[in-house]
Amino acid sequence: MSSVAVIDYGMGNLHSIAKALQYADSSVNVFVTADGDDILSADRVVFPGVGAIRDCMYSLKQSGLIQIIKEAAKAKPFLGICLGMQALLTDHEENGHTQTLNIIPGHVVRFTEPLQDQSGATLKIPHMGWNQVRQMQHPLWENIPQDSRFYFVHSYYARPDDQATIAGITDYPKAFTCALAANNIFAVQFHPEKSQTAGLQLLKNFLHWDG
Amino acid sequence: MGLAKRIIPCLDVDNGRVVKGVKFVDIRDAGDPVEIARRYDKEGADELTFLDITASHEDRETMVHVVEQVAGEVFIPLTVGGGIRTLDDIRRMLNAGADKVSINSAAVFRPEFVKEAAERFGSQCIVVAIDAKKVSQPGEPDKWEIFTHGGRKPTGIDAIEWAKKMVGYGAGEILLTSMDKDGTRSGFDLPLTRAISEAVNVPVIASGGVGCLDDLADGVLEGKADAVLAASIFHFAEHTVGEAKQRMAERSIEVRL
Repeated sequence: MSSVAVIDYGMGNLHSIAKALQYADSSVNVFVTADGDDILSADRVVFPGVGAIRDCMYSLKQSGLIQIIKEAAKAKPFLGICLGMQALLTDHEENGHTQTLNIIPGHVVRFTEPLQDQSGATLKIPHMGWNQVRQMQHPLWENIPQDSRFYFVHSYYARPDDQATIAGITDYPKAFTCALAANNIFAVQFHPEKSQTAGLQLLKNFLHWDG
Repeated sequence: MGLAKRIIPCLDVDNGRVVKGVKFVDIRDAGDPVEIARRYDKEGADELTFLDITASHEDRETMVHVVEQVAGEVFIPLTVGGGIRTLDDIRRMLNAGADKVSINSAAVFRPEFVKEAAERFGSQCIVVAIDAKKVSQPGEPDKWEIFTHGGRKPTGIDAIEWAKKMVGYGAGEILLTSMDKDGTRSGFDLPLTRAISEAVNVPVIASGGVGCLDDLADGVLEGKADAVLAASIFHFAEHTVGEAKQRMAERSIEVRL
């Protein structure tokens, strides 16, 4: 039976992601853990997160998971979600510049206000709700129609140094990177665990992906 | 193409059963929350909101189980409101699988609660529910105030100022209900919705008064709402969520189809 570890470092509710993974494939052993050995022995790793980046980095340091995450991200299929995607880059604008994991080189920046759409209407921040994703070729998009909508809630987004790592793009109103791919790592700004059919399919694809 | 406007069915839950009041009296029992949640999800609901109207505090545990069950099989965002008064109430609902909680009277009694909640759990999961009623007379400029106790008790707080203050305290979204319109089926209070939506930079959910599908579209087009919430038109199967989306799309509103 293949296993997937959902990293628990005290940032938000992990039940949804664990339940969604289990629902996507009932034959997989899904477990939520803060234990380094458990994470390193799992076949796949999910790195979720919500909230503020400074708290996220602080919790990771406190729980001694930074090296573990870097290690896991080198070798096995690894899925970053929301703040778990943002934490993979080099630094983050929130809380007056926070150093992050630097696993994928690049920056995380805030949507600059005021945002307006083509008709001049103000766009709200956070970017909250269902938006379309333009997919680049990748196994994790398999069986998900191009431009499918996923559920987002965030005020910051990734700006990777290497354009080749961009795996998905969303407009709000300008195009921003909503998915990253680098070798065995895939990371998304949206919440697949809250994105109904398309989200469950992406999780299923991840559970069948060998990186 | 861009961000879709959201349609959010609301389920009023009393002791584990879904009910819907018309002007808060004359409540009709209509079912199992898990079953209804599943149906709305299948119809294309963008989110679900559960409003716990259970009177006694001891029976609130029932709501936690409802959320757990729904979260185990419905994978769209879930908001829970009603009786959220402490950080512990919030933690219990989030742990049960809710994505957001909606804070109403507890915010009026002690506004700092919103600040503490947003700092602890993040603004993304803190919705502030505002119940507003028009207090200006005909001929005067529009003015709305916050009411508590299901619209019976005035607070003297200006609704627009209150919305701005709550966003300043960390509310990630505003759920705005017109107490004049709630239960009337005559459409949203569009001037109120627009005034609040234009005053804050977080998403605003319009609520109270939906009687037909065009009311939903009006909430977005004229009220400038980012999302629209309705209970009875979906609940008694007068319309499906899919029909609501179809009508909104016909009126050139971007929706998730």
